[in-house]
Amino acid sequence: MNRRAFLQIGSLAALGHLNSTVAWATVVPGNPRLLILVELKGGNDGLNTIAPYADSAYYDLRPKIAIARDQVLQLDERSGLNPAMQALMPIWQAKQLAIVQGVGYPQPNLSHFRSIEIWDTASNSDTVLQTGWLSRQFAAKPLPAGFVTDGIAVGSQDLGPLDGGARALVLQSQDAFVRQAKLADDKAGATKNAALLHLLKVEDDIRIAARGLAATGNLNTTFPDHGFGKTVKTAMEALAANRNIGVFRLTLGSFDTHINQRNQQDRLLGELADGFVALQMALTELGRWNDTLVLSYAEFGRRPQENRSAGTDHGTANAHFVLGGAVRGGLYGKRPDFNALDGGNLRFGVDFRQLYASACRYCWQSDGMAALGGRFEPFPVVA
Amino acid sequence: MIRLLPLFLVGSLLAATAAPIGEIDARHLLSRTGFAATMDEVTQYARLDRQAAVARLLSEVRTKAITPPPAWVDEPLPERRAQMSGDEEKAAFRARLRERGIALRAWWYDELLATPSPLTEHMTLFWHNHFVSAIQKVRMPQLMYRQNVLLRQEALGNFGRLLHAVAKDPAMLVYLDGVQNRRGEPNENFAREVMELFTLGEGHYSEQDIREAARALTGMSLERPSGEYRFRPALHDFGEKTIFGQRGNYDPDAFLDLLLNKPETAEFVITKLWKEFISPQPDVVEVKRWAKLFRDQRYEIKPLLQAMLSSDAFYAAQYRGVLVKSPVELTVGTFRQFGITPPDMRPLLAVNRNLGQDLFNPPNVKGWPGYTDWINSQTLLTRKQMLARVFRVADIDMPAMAQASKVEKASLRVGNKVGYGLYLDRWLGDTGGISRASSLLLPLVPERLPEGTPLEMIGQLVMNPLYQLK
Repeated sequence: MNRRAFLQIGSLAALGHLNSTVAWATVVPGNPRLLILVELKGGNDGLNTIAPYADSAYYDLRPKIAIARDQVLQLDERSGLNPAMQALMPIWQAKQLAIVQGVGYPQPNLSHFRSIEIWDTASNSDTVLQTGWLSRQFAAKPLPAGFVTDGIAVGSQDLGPLDGGARALVLQSQDAFVRQAKLADDKAGATKNAALLHLLKVEDDIRIAARGLAATGNLNTTFPDHGFGKTVKTAMEALAANRNIGVFRLTLGSFDTHINQRNQQDRLLGELADGFVALQMALTELGRWNDTLVLSYAEFGRRPQENRSAGTDHGTANAHFVLGGAVRGGLYGKRPDFNALDGGNLRFGVDFRQLYASACRYCWQSDGMAALGGRFEPFPVVA
Repeated sequence: MIRLLPLFLVGSLLAATAAPIGEIDARHLLSRTGFAATMDEVTQYARLDRQAAVARLLSEVRTKAITPPPAWVDEPLPERRAQMSGDEEKAAFRARLRERGIALRAWWYDELLATPSPLTEHMTLFWHNHFVSAIQKVRMPQLMYRQNVLLRQEALGNFGRLLHAVAKDPAMLVYLDGVQNRRGEPNENFAREVMELFTLGEGHYSEQDIREAARALTGMSLERPSGEYRFRPALHDFGEKTIFGQRGNYDPDAFLDLLLNKPETAEFVITKLWKEFISPQPDVVEVKRWAKLFRDQRYEIKPLLQAMLSSDAFYAAQYRGVLVKSPVELTVGTFRQFGITPPDMRPLLAVNRNLGQDLFNPPNVKGWPGYTDWINSQTLLTRKQMLARVFRVADIDMPAMAQASKVEKASLRVGNKVGYGLYLDRWLGDTGGISRASSLLLPLVPERLPEGTPLEMIGQLVMNPLYQLK
C-alpha cells in the first residue's frame, strides 16, 4: 500500500482521537513519565564513540581514524568513550548512564532512508509500515486528558516516530509558536482529501498545544551555545511551560562521515555530551530527571573497516546511550566482535525494539505490543 | 472537389478541434506545471483544447535562463582548504562562500520570478530534487551554478543524456564522493544512490551490485583549478565486474547504460513525475504504460509530458487540490500571481529555508520529501504569518516582535516589503470579481465566498487552508 494512503488513514484516526474516546483504547494509568529520543542523524559511528581499545583488530581495521588507546576515557578494561565526550563522565560515574552496544535488527538495510524508516516505524526489515511507532503507541494508549501534545520534535522538520497520527509539533521556539498560533484556523471539515485533512489536523494540534504552552517557564540552567544546545533549550523551555508533554524527539547531525570522520564526529559527539549534561541539569531543575528516560537512536552504525577517505561507510549494529535518574548505569549489550563480521559489518545482539519496549514499560506501563507489532523483551537498563 | 478525409484524419481533426479546456482546467494545467498563474495567462490557455494547450506549453520551454548569472560563475576553483595559510584566509573563504551562496540563490529566485516559461523552472527544480547535490557539502558555488545550468539545459530534453551528464557533473562528483572513488580504494556513495534514488529505486539491486558498480565508476575525477570533469584511466579499475548478474568490463558509461536498459528506471522516474504533477498515489497501470512510451521514445521528456499532461488522469476531478504547494511554489506563485517584485531576495531566502526549502541545499541526497511533509506546526504558522503580513490580514504585535527570532523577523520583512504598494482593489477588478478571484487562487471551491473589502476578501482566500494546495 502506498505511504500516502496510510497517512490519510492516520490523519483520520488522529482526528477521531481528538474528538472522541476510542472504545478499545485504555488511557495510560498513573503519571506518564517523559521520554526524550535523541536522533543521531546520518548514522553515528559507534566504534569511535565506544572504542574497543583493547582489541588489536580495531586498530588494524582503522589505521587512520581509530582512537588511540591512551586517549580513550576507559569505561572498563575493554571499552573506552571518545574523549570528545568527557563531559558525560560525571553522569557515568553517578551510574545514571547506560551504554548499550550491538543494537540493530535482523537483515539490516544500509540505506539511510529505508533504515531510519525501519527505526521510526519499528518494523521488520522486510515490512513497510507507514505510521511511526509512537503514533501507534498513543493511538492504542492515549495520554491522559490535559496533555497538550503527544510529542514535540526539535531540530528536524520531520516527525519521525511521531509521524502518521500522533498529535505532534515541530518547534523552533516556544514564544514564537505561541505568538503565531492565533493564525491557526478553527475550520472543521469533512473531506477525503488527505492533504487537506493533514492541514486541518496540524491547525488543530497547534490550537490545542498553544493553549497549554502559553505560560513562560524560566530556567536557570545555562545551555551550550551551539546547535544542539539550542535544540535542548527549546525543548526544556517548552517543558518548563507545561509538564504535560509525552515525548520529545531531538535531532543532531549529520553523522554521515564518509570522509575525514574524526573532526566532524568528534565535534558532534562533543555537542551531544554537552547537550546530555544540559538536559540533566534542566530536568533536575524541573524535578523531572528521576522520571525521564533519554534514549539515543540512529539509522545504523558504520562499517568497522575505515574507507580510504579517512571516513566510514554505512554499517549495521551500533552503540546507544540511555540516561536518566532511574537508569541502571553501565555497559550492556554485545561488544563488537571483529572475528564474526557479516559482509564486513557487525552482527547485532540487541534488537532496537527491546529498547523501545523498555521505554514503553517505563514511561507508560505498557507492553508496547501495539507500537512494536509484537512482544519484545524490555532491555533491563531501567526499572 | 470534395473528398472524404481518411477516417484517422477525421479522428485527429476532431481531437484537434476538441473543446477548449476552459478557465478551470487552464488554471489547473498552469498551476501544476509552473507556479500560480495570472488571470491573463489562464484566459489565453482557456481557449485551447487539451492537446494544443500542452503543446503550446511545451513549445515555449527554454534551455537557458534569461537572468544573467553572478560574475564569478566562471572563476577557477579556489585552492583546497588544507592548503590555505592561516585562519584569516580561511575566514575570508568562508565569508565569500556565504556571500556567493546567497547571490546564487537570489539569481535563481530572480529567474523563477521572471521566466517566460515557468515549466522550464518547474522541471529544473524537479531535477534538482531528483539528482540532488547540496552547496553545504560541495562548497563551490560555481559548481552548483554549472549543475543548475545542466539541469535546465536538459530539463525537458532527454533523461538518458541527463543521467550520463549528471554522473560527470563536478558538483555531483563532490557531493556523492565520486572523486574519492579510486581503483583499490572504492567509495560506494554514488554507486548506491544512483541506483536507489536516481534510476531503479530501492529493492532492485543488491549490496554486491553496489560494490561492483563502485568499481565500474572508479577514475571519474575533477580537474583543478578548471573545475572540469576528467576521466583518469590510472585510477580506473579495468578488471571484470559482475553487475545484475552480468559480467563485463564496465566503465562509468557502460554501467549507466545498464541502468537505462532496466525497465524499473522509467517506472521510477514516472512515478515521481506522477507525484509531482497528478496525485500522491500513482496509478500503476498508467505508470507502466507511460514507462513504455518513455523507453520507446528513448527517454525524450517532451513526448512523455505531452501524454501525461493531456491525459484524463491529469484532469480528473478527484485529483484537484490534492497536492501541497512547496515553499517555492507558494512564495514565487503568490508573487507572480499578484505581480509582486521583492526589492531584496534575502528575506525570501530566509523564509523559504525556514519553510524547509533552501534552494541549492536540499537536506540530503533524497531531496525534499514534499507533499504533507511540507506542513508541520512550525512551517504552517510561518506560511500563514508571511501571507498575513503581505495581505495585512492580522496586526502583528510589534513590541513583542522585539524578541522574535531572526527567521521570524525575516518572514515579517518579506511581507512588509512586498505588501507595500499592493493595490488589491485594482487587482480584484482586473481579475473579474471575487468569484473569479476565488477560482484563480484556490484549487477547489471554498465552503463560502469571502465577504468585505477587497483587501479583506483576498485575505480570507489566501488564509484558507486550500491556498496551501494545488
